Amino acid sequence: MKTYDAIVIGAGHNGLTTAAYLARAGLDVVVVERQPYIGGATASRELYPGFTYSNCSYVCSLMRPEIMRDLELPRHGLQVIPYDGGVTMTRDGGYIAGYRNHDQNRREIARHSVRDAEAYDYFGAEVMRYCRFIKTMLLTTPPDPASFKPRDLFGLLDVARRFHRLGEEWMYDTIRFWTMSCADFLDQFFESDLVKGHKAGSSIIGTALGPYSPGSAYVLLHHYMGEVDGSIGSWGFPRGGMGAIPGALAKSFQAHGGEIRTGSTVEQIIVKGGRAVGVALTGGVEVMGKTVVSNLDAKRTFIESMAASDLPAEFVHRVKNFKIRGSSGKVNIALDGLPDFPAIPAGCPGRAGDMHVSDSMEYLERGYDDWKAGMWSRQPYLDITLPSMTDPTMVPPGKHFMSVFVQYVPPHLADGEWDDAKRAAFGKTVIDKIAEFSPNFKDLILHAEIRTPWDLENEVGLTEGNIFQGELTMDQLMFNRPVPGYAQYRSPVPGLYMCGSSTHPGGGVMGAPGANAAREILRDMRIKT
Amino acid sequence: MTPAGGAYDAVIIGGGHNGLVCAAMLGRSGKRVVIVEAASKLGGAATSGEFAPGFTVSSCAHILNQLHPKVSRALDLSRHGLKLSTARMGTIALAPGGRHLTFEGALMVNEAVNGAGEVLSQRDLSSLSRLRRRLLRFAGLLHDFQATVPPRLDATSWRDGLGLARLGWAVRRLGRDDMRELLRIAGSNIADVLNDELDSDLLKGAIGLDAVLGTGLGPRSPNSVFTLLYRLSGRVGGVPGALALPEGGMGAVTDAMAAAAKANRVDIRTACPVKSIVVEEDRAVGVELESGEVIRAHAVVSNADAKTTCLDLLGARHLDTGFVRRVKGIRARGTAAKLHLALDGLPRFSGLEARDLGRRLLIAPSLDYVELAFNPCKYGEYSPAPAMEITIPSIHDTSLAPPGKHVLSAVVQYAPYDLKGGWQAAKDGFMDRIMDILSAYAPDLADRVVARELLTPEDLEQRHRLPGGHWHHGELALDQLYMMRPVAGAAQYAAPVPGLYLCGAGSHPGGGVMGAAGMNAAAQVIKGGKQS
Repeated sequence: MKTYDAIVIGAGHNGLTTAAYLARAGLDVVVVERQPYIGGATASRELYPGFTYSNCSYVCSLMRPEIMRDLELPRHGLQVIPYDGGVTMTRDGGYIAGYRNHDQNRREIARHSVRDAEAYDYFGAEVMRYCRFIKTMLLTTPPDPASFKPRDLFGLLDVARRFHRLGEEWMYDTIRFWTMSCADFLDQFFESDLVKGHKAGSSIIGTALGPYSPGSAYVLLHHYMGEVDGSIGSWGFPRGGMGAIPGALAKSFQAHGGEIRTGSTVEQIIVKGGRAVGVALTGGVEVMGKTVVSNLDAKRTFIESMAASDLPAEFVHRVKNFKIRGSSGKVNIALDGLPDFPAIPAGCPGRAGDMHVSDSMEYLERGYDDWKAGMWSRQPYLDITLPSMTDPTMVPPGKHFMSVFVQYVPPHLADGEWDDAKRAAFGKTVIDKIAEFSPNFKDLILHAEIRTPWDLENEVGLTEGNIFQGELTMDQLMFNRPVPGYAQYRSPVPGLYMCGSSTHPGGGVMGAPGANAAREILRDMRIKT
Repeated sequence: MTPAGGAYDAVIIGGGHNGLVCAAMLGRSGKRVVIVEAASKLGGAATSGEFAPGFTVSSCAHILNQLHPKVSRALDLSRHGLKLSTARMGTIALAPGGRHLTFEGALMVNEAVNGAGEVLSQRDLSSLSRLRRRLLRFAGLLHDFQATVPPRLDATSWRDGLGLARLGWAVRRLGRDDMRELLRIAGSNIADVLNDELDSDLLKGAIGLDAVLGTGLGPRSPNSVFTLLYRLSGRVGGVPGALALPEGGMGAVTDAMAAAAKANRVDIRTACPVKSIVVEEDRAVGVELESGEVIRAHAVVSNADAKTTCLDLLGARHLDTGFVRRVKGIRARGTAAKLHLALDGLPRFSGLEARDLGRRLLIAPSLDYVELAFNPCKYGEYSPAPAMEITIPSIHDTSLAPPGKHVLSAVVQYAPYDLKGGWQAAKDGFMDRIMDILSAYAPDLADRVVARELLTPEDLEQRHRLPGGHWHHGELALDQLYMMRPVAGAAQYAAPVPGLYLCGAGSHPGGGVMGAAGMNAAAQVIKGGKQS
């Protein structure tokens, strides 16, 4: 039987990134994917004739430019089109828009508060500063502070040195930023509740925390540190939907001889003599490899795809305690035409970007209270985009595709588990909410795909439907991700690695975990790249 | 009044416990010190007060669990009259159905008493002892650092470098597993940690309440593990986490401190509100009282919070804008109210004997209960079903109430400082809610009440000059701790204006009747004196 150099479980964007890096280094690599399509949570599928959906993730910014370059993704067909800002509509018919242009943004904020417009300069500069500091860490392996190995000691020293270089004032501010709540952070700058509500949305996406919870300021940053074509903080739509990203990664991988097997569900990771040697697929087929790399989240990998006897008990205990909490849902809608949003004036680019309906901090926090009580937010945070306005190739002429990201949606409901009726009721909450802001919206709906955390778990394989494969809280970042002592992409079993968003630096369509994992694997194989 | 030869070595603004400790420590080292206190009596938030004829209660802080042993040793507080009426107060987590959970000593520190009430499973017992060992170890680390001056991150001086190295070494010395666990849970939330390890809702609720008492956090808020560690960091008679009651109420502690200060030749002036800090040639040189009198001193040490000190007494014009912005940004928004009841006899709590009432009683039947109580406070509303920490100190100390009568003192959470619509209109409604909750556990309580007093954070602010009614002069949040407490640039007790120092709970390590801030500040004042 053939033995591959490496088997990658799961064709999500991180799995494909790892696979492409390994293939590029000359290894014989196979990717096994459960679904008949690739992409995982970065997939695009046609669920209604003529419409390409971005089924889960829907915008792109975080994908590291280094990876785009290394794997030559543009040559393999990836094109990201930046869009200009967004808009938050208020309950009383007003709005605040966001722009990529700093001065335009400033003028817009001044419409709501002159003082806040002034503060926006400081806010922008400060966030950019934190971005620059963290960006240097994204494509590095987190050093283990409990280790005495020279590599870890030097790694720590390096982080300390870069930290020290910030200067005393900024060191304090950086520590504060990492630990404080989004609300406290924004309160330092802004007075207008609308301005704060408009900015705070990014701090809760995918997270089971409210904007008042300590640690949520970091999540804000996590959504700010991306870039499109070198423009930091801007977001874009990949041409042809989010599926274009795994599509380009797959082409890059295949160009180096990689093999992708879809429709292949891994039943168990095979461990022999204390080493991972392959995977057993449903139907009895076994695929053997010198290395097994899992793009699944930590729980799926170690609890569900392995025998507990192959792992140290303490490790299993820690993986069980890793917090993967679903908190998001998604509604994808095929539309017969462009919906009206009377609150948004003609010519405002906001309607081609992210549209929000959460006009205060309290709105967001109350949504979180519903989640804690085991129900979806009755007044949800919605991130509404119409990518077909930017990329008409996704839909038939004159039609539109609307992607609606919804926060908060619990993985388990207080009144019993999810079922079809509850899913429909959840969809109705979302659609009714949008209709409050768009009178003709309901009449335009041709088809809607409603995804709860339950669906994300069953279909995409994300435990509890958590889009980041694990909460982005202080206790689960850096050297703690996914569990302390195993944050360097290795597992307790030799030959078995992790490359998914459960590892540093976490979720988002970033590719960094995949690239970092590949680097560590090649390092263990003593292959120079 | 002023000592021979002109000015004092130090003038202390405010005679709260930290001001008294700082004054006594300075006096002990031979400095001539004067304390000026605005109120007519000393003690700040650590006082006893008669709220109804014959009924005395600790008017703000009501349990002594954090007094730093270095402070009580250095000032010899027992010689100056401090006596404990109990040094090993137990805890009972009350259950609505009467199957309470009883602890002989402090929660998390002692084993549960498996009597008639809730019986912990074998799994919970062993998990609890594992969790306890770890948390107490981490709390011990905290304890050690409470009596030190935080280093500056800049580390240009050898002392700062050493301070940082000491911190790093202390964490390393925990060993690999505990170190990893500390670095993980330090920023975590208590609900997760408890749900990971324990099953009993009652147990988890009680520990969860201990973690969030006096903070603006719910059990699910990250940072709430730290606040539990903070609570566990105290020691009574060498026992970590133990709870004690001072004889005569909390005022007895500050009385002993004042006696220690007097024994060290400290001058004490009460009913002397300070109008401003006098600055000459960019140096703090004394204070001007409301009466117009100026007291000159080489060092001005403020026990008031940083905002009051820097913005009201000193004036922003003496400071740079970045520093002022930071001081303005200090979060101090109290969430705890204080309830005092004068009772004509001991109430009956269902499922408890009279002798059980000498323990601390907690109303926090589950983590969800506490979290649900927390929700409204985020929006400026009080909890319709608040969580409570209840003591009946008169059981241990008959001096607090007339014979046969009792006082009940409870911390009630959550009651936000900035209540929507103001406290004036809402106070009676909140009182009714509290009595409803209490009556569910003690049906005859309401009939035994002869007098009652409810202090909202607003009342606490006015009475005790606590900013925002916050016990700690500022939230004990990770972004307001250690080298960032009260703000970066003043965390070494010296304000940016030479000659001005901060010694209150707003500085490292924070509040609780601990005295460490006052002690550390005194060390810095003495050092500052040598340099100049």
